[in-house]
Amino acid sequence: MKDRPPLIAPGYTSATVTDKISAVVLRGTPRWWFAAFGAAFLLVMLLLFTLGHLFLRGIGIYGVNIPVGWGWDITNFVWWIGIGHAGTLISAILLLLRQDWRNSINRFAEAMTLFAVACAAIYPVAHLGRPWVLYWLLPYPSTMGVWPQFRSPLVWDVFAVSTYATISLLFWFVGLIPDLATLRDRTRNRFAQIVYGILAMGWRGSARHWHNYESAYLMLAGLATPLVVSVHSVVSFDFAVGVVPGWHSTIFPPYFVAGAIFSGFAMVLTLAIPLRALFGLEDFITDRHLQNMAKVMLATGLIVAYGYLIEIFMAWYGDNRYDMYMSVNRMLGPYAFQFWSLIACNVIAPQVLWIKRVRRSPAFLFVIAIVVNVGMWLERYVIIVTSLHRDFLPSSWGMYSGTIWDYSTFLGTIGLFLALMFLFIRFLPMISIFEMRAILPEARAEEVKE
Amino acid sequence: MSGTTRTDQPRGPAPDVATARARLASSRGREFWRSLEELAGDPAFQDLLKDEFPAGASEWEDGLDRRRFLQLAAASLAFAGLSACTRQPLESIVPYAKQPEEIVPGRPRFFATAATLGGYAAGLLVESHEGRPTKIEGNPDHPASLGATDLFAQALVLGLYDPDRSQLLLELGEIRPWNAFVQKMQAALRAQQALGGAGIRILTGTVTSPTLGDQLRALLARFPKAGWHQYEPAGRDNARLGARLAFGEWVESRYDFSRADVILALDADFAVEMPGSVRYARDFADHRRVRHDEARMSRLYAVESTPTATGTLADHRLAVCAAQVPGIALACAAELGLLPGGSSPSLPADSKRFVTAACADLKRNAGRGLVIAGETAPPAAHALAHALNHRLGNAGVTVLHTDPVEVEPVDQTASIRRLVEDMRAGRVDLLAIVGGNPVFDAPADLGFTDALLKVPLRVHLGLEEDETSEYCHWHIPQAHPLETWSDARAHDGTVTVMQPLIEPLYGGRSAHELLSALLDDPPRHGREVLRDRWRKRAPSADFEAFWRKALHDGIVPGTALPPRIVPLRAGAIEDAAEAALEAASSGARSGNGERVLEIIFRPDPTIHDGRFANNGWLQETPKPLSKMTWDNAAYLAPAAAERLGIASGDVVEIEVEGRTVEAPAWVQPGHPDGALTVHFGYGRTKCGRVGIGTGFNAYVLRTERGMWSHPAASIRSTGKRQALACTQEHFSMEGRDLVRVGTLAEYRSDPGFAGKKEEAPPKDATLYPGFSYEGHAWGVAIDLSSCTGCNACVVACVAENNIPVVGKDQVRRGREMQWLRIDRYYEGGPDDPDAHHQPVMCMQCEQAPCEVVCPVGATSHSSEGLNDMVYNRCVGTRYCSNNCPYKVRRFNFLQYSDEKTPVLKLGRNPDVTVRSRGVMEKCTYCVQRINSARITAEKEERPIKDGEIRTACQQACPTQAIVFGDVNDPSSRVSRLKAEPTNYGLLEHLNTRPRTTYLAKIVNTNPDLEKGKG
Repeated sequence: MKDRPPLIAPGYTSATVTDKISAVVLRGTPRWWFAAFGAAFLLVMLLLFTLGHLFLRGIGIYGVNIPVGWGWDITNFVWWIGIGHAGTLISAILLLLRQDWRNSINRFAEAMTLFAVACAAIYPVAHLGRPWVLYWLLPYPSTMGVWPQFRSPLVWDVFAVSTYATISLLFWFVGLIPDLATLRDRTRNRFAQIVYGILAMGWRGSARHWHNYESAYLMLAGLATPLVVSVHSVVSFDFAVGVVPGWHSTIFPPYFVAGAIFSGFAMVLTLAIPLRALFGLEDFITDRHLQNMAKVMLATGLIVAYGYLIEIFMAWYGDNRYDMYMSVNRMLGPYAFQFWSLIACNVIAPQVLWIKRVRRSPAFLFVIAIVVNVGMWLERYVIIVTSLHRDFLPSSWGMYSGTIWDYSTFLGTIGLFLALMFLFIRFLPMISIFEMRAILPEARAEEVKE
Repeated sequence: MSGTTRTDQPRGPAPDVATARARLASSRGREFWRSLEELAGDPAFQDLLKDEFPAGASEWEDGLDRRRFLQLAAASLAFAGLSACTRQPLESIVPYAKQPEEIVPGRPRFFATAATLGGYAAGLLVESHEGRPTKIEGNPDHPASLGATDLFAQALVLGLYDPDRSQLLLELGEIRPWNAFVQKMQAALRAQQALGGAGIRILTGTVTSPTLGDQLRALLARFPKAGWHQYEPAGRDNARLGARLAFGEWVESRYDFSRADVILALDADFAVEMPGSVRYARDFADHRRVRHDEARMSRLYAVESTPTATGTLADHRLAVCAAQVPGIALACAAELGLLPGGSSPSLPADSKRFVTAACADLKRNAGRGLVIAGETAPPAAHALAHALNHRLGNAGVTVLHTDPVEVEPVDQTASIRRLVEDMRAGRVDLLAIVGGNPVFDAPADLGFTDALLKVPLRVHLGLEEDETSEYCHWHIPQAHPLETWSDARAHDGTVTVMQPLIEPLYGGRSAHELLSALLDDPPRHGREVLRDRWRKRAPSADFEAFWRKALHDGIVPGTALPPRIVPLRAGAIEDAAEAALEAASSGARSGNGERVLEIIFRPDPTIHDGRFANNGWLQETPKPLSKMTWDNAAYLAPAAAERLGIASGDVVEIEVEGRTVEAPAWVQPGHPDGALTVHFGYGRTKCGRVGIGTGFNAYVLRTERGMWSHPAASIRSTGKRQALACTQEHFSMEGRDLVRVGTLAEYRSDPGFAGKKEEAPPKDATLYPGFSYEGHAWGVAIDLSSCTGCNACVVACVAENNIPVVGKDQVRRGREMQWLRIDRYYEGGPDDPDAHHQPVMCMQCEQAPCEVVCPVGATSHSSEGLNDMVYNRCVGTRYCSNNCPYKVRRFNFLQYSDEKTPVLKLGRNPDVTVRSRGVMEKCTYCVQRINSARITAEKEERPIKDGEIRTACQQACPTQAIVFGDVNDPSSRVSRLKAEPTNYGLLEHLNTRPRTTYLAKIVNTNPDLEKGKG
């Protein structure tokens, strides 16, 4: 422990930490924010335009066909859901494991989770042939006595994702309450005082509050923990339950979960590195944080690589003609470029993280994180498209490529994600103030005394 | 009216039409007809629609004409109140004020009639719902049908309701009443009376109709100097001339494949492309059904110049250039001793082996063999085939000779040439083109169009305004065959009296009525013409009884032409040998140059000679071998393509005698090297919205001397590419046991060979409890030995199940909607592979992968084992399709069904839901037919009989390859087929337990010719 650099730069006190973080919200809006938010907002408009066109014309504007019934839509869905996982892992599991280095990154990681789930949730709606009857997937008491078909993994998805979204929102909000109270007390703007006041739910920071708060927070962490594993396991069932070679594989749940965390940490890094530079928060999100995240990425990346390897091995070992063809086709077929790009991004590129100098270089880490984000998107694309485009009967083989509307939907959801993110950093403390105070040396000193 | 220039043409398109069309062509290009709705919504197109008939058709928009249309429709439907008469979507359903006899709303009635192609009739039963024909079936009593049809007959319904059909009688683009036309004709004829009709010419297709023949003869009797010409672009001149060469007279030949043990086909696609082919395919298949108790089958040797369905059925196939076919015939004649001392051309080693083996087989089976030459083989090959059949004693057994079926057999190429000569010389004052489209399809070197413009009065009767009507003064909308009183003969001479199913939707006239306008004053209705003719010929005294029976049965008994013994003409063999040698030596020049190939012409397999170009069902039907839709192409052998550096989709320029055309290339395995094949019928420049802009016009290259092949076509790459829409792009089975094939010898030594190729898991290997099927359990067995790949089932399924047409662009995106597809796989090298057809529809799995993954239960298991598709429950996740190993599900990615064009609504099957966008669909085993039979059986308090329910595909299948029935009933036909040792399920290892199973394909190879030997 002694050799490790501190989690917070020296010289801070409770007051200065609070000042520094709340200042981001309470000071005037920086100019670049308007430009950045404006750009993201334009992409949101693009998303709305695309969805409008989609709902008017039909799913045929996308590139999907028979045999490839899912394409960019479900790729993006799985990608966004996966990204969300790092947030839950950081806030819940690392909390339970008392990894207090998480305290400076959990807030915006959770926000990222929430926004990623919001983006993900658009796709299952958008990819439906008849999106206006989406509610038929919900188990509501229909007068016709008709229920969803509970054997379908898509119904499990509905439960898994909606539970996940609910818990993530609650967890995030509960975590925000003490900080909302801080903002309420510090802001001079009457309107903001009222809004933060309502959101703070009467938080006064009494010992009783703190006591209840801590139990609630721990309980939510306990609830959220299984979700880290379950959500992406269920998402992987969408594929694993199918008979399609390349989908029908028992290794999918663990390898999807590892992949989700892998991509999630990549996204946290993608966001954290520019943010801490922009707001001068290097003192709170230190190089040690970045290093830790890089290590998690390296570990989960290895699990994912193991998954790829085992899939190919099992195709050969299982002596199944169709699986073998699928594996070879992935590597040498028309989508070989996507496959090898995925291997380059997800397996080869992260290996540089073994080098300490790389882990310590924010710029380098940022590049690797982007590469991993791309790689994980490609992974889902390869799993979905290469499995479907050549399955059992060669007569029905086909090709798939996205259309301009596929691209615009994806760009649009990236815009939505960024727009929400910009709103978040502007109006809410992106680093948990009270949790940062807890890892100050002065707080530690009290702990030691006890 | 004696102008000669193009500007003299009656109706030049107005400039705004041209711009609208150009805009349309440039903006939409070949993406035409994604859906009619989209088209209708396009302002450019609406302008075009309005201006298409510059003076008249805009009246479509106003209330009066609309109402008149509705009155017509209502009258013909005898169903007042069917349609709403306002623009509001208010509809009131009113019961009959007076119930018509026999009509029970909701219960279809069937009427016998016939359809002709190239003049030859095939009997039909047409399903009619409240007066609207909706579905075509074959007439089981008709000798050319036996209950089955070809794909063209299946598509007649769409042709009837085609909104682009010509709807107005026009003179120079102005609407005229029928009377004005009649007066004009009478005046013109009066002027001709003094000349003996020397200026009158009638151009028809092949005429087998006795009544039309009588009318034409009456006209010729009144005007002795008038001329009657016949021309069919896909005609039978070679067969006629060949018969004359052999017998010295016009003789018709028909074949009995049910008695032929060894068949040698010389460029003869008898299974699909020949008058009577529906019947021939049936007889051929019947003679090859290998069952556990009867393991014998005929053997087919096919020599062919372009890959055909018959070639895929052949036990041995020899691909040669068209010019080599007479040489092969000659070699056979020499081999069988017909040419003592005569010389026969030297053949390559493989051809020699083939000929030797085939001839030995024919000799062994003398009297039980059959040599058949196709329409496209030169006359010499026909004559030699006749001679061979005589020598082998096949004549009178498997080959029956009769008097001609046609009213007046002529050499049609010569006939149209004489017409063109007369026109050019100014000897023609009045030309009536009765059906047909010669401006488009006459031989290119005749200069038909230029000659036509010299005729002062030109009349065209046609179903649509086409290239020919563009150049004619008068255009008379023709009544559709389903609207027409007529009669026609089948390939064996059997006469069918054709009755209309509906009053002409657009006031069309039949050929009889047009002729009557020339002959009678006042002109008579087609029905009267027909009845008067038959009243004179009625075999029994009671004409009404005879008439009713003939209409009811769809055949006139005793009209089949009796076979007769026709001796060979003296010297026939020598003459034929000489002609064959000449043909062979002229063909020897072909394929010499690097880029000079023989060019072979064939009618298109789905739109025929171009007459079906505006039929979306046929346009979207994949060509049997290339699986291409919406286009034709230049087919090349893989070796030739490699040599020339051409790949499929490369646009090449083909030049024949100085005429050029640009065409996309298609590399066709099994195509003879040294030749290329083009299909004519595409490249229409004036037709409806569907056909316009599709394919290239191969008629441009077709000359009088090279109607079926030409020795020298030079081919040049243009560097351009053209996107082709194919429904199947991968033709290898990748070593998977999908189509299982065995030889007859293999079958005899191990009948169960097919089932051993793949292991099915035990029945209890599933987590979900199984279903018990207590009542019926429906299943299908498909005999792969019988399937010819003719596509009749595909179009039948489209017609029965209201399957929408999606257009080329959507097909290219992999979104075709046909519920039933015919997979085609090649086995062996690309130069001479074996081709296999496998019809694939929903397997109705007992453990269906689609059912478990649907989140809303929109596809669920019925008590009888069907995977029911609940359209209105479907939310459109497409998960079911992803999880379907057979990929038989089809998805409405866009609004494909045209729900707005009123006339198309009339043709839909009222028993089948029209699906909207965003909904999955698939084969239902024609559940509407199952339910209808169930209701009937319940009312009659009896169980459903085996064979009572037939799916649309089964009913249309010429070879009865598809059998549907109750697998719970061990005595049903389907159960017995499934008990055959050759029965196997597709992808059974997945434990899907498909209800559709296949009987392995058995081929009867000649041990002397087994591949790999020699």
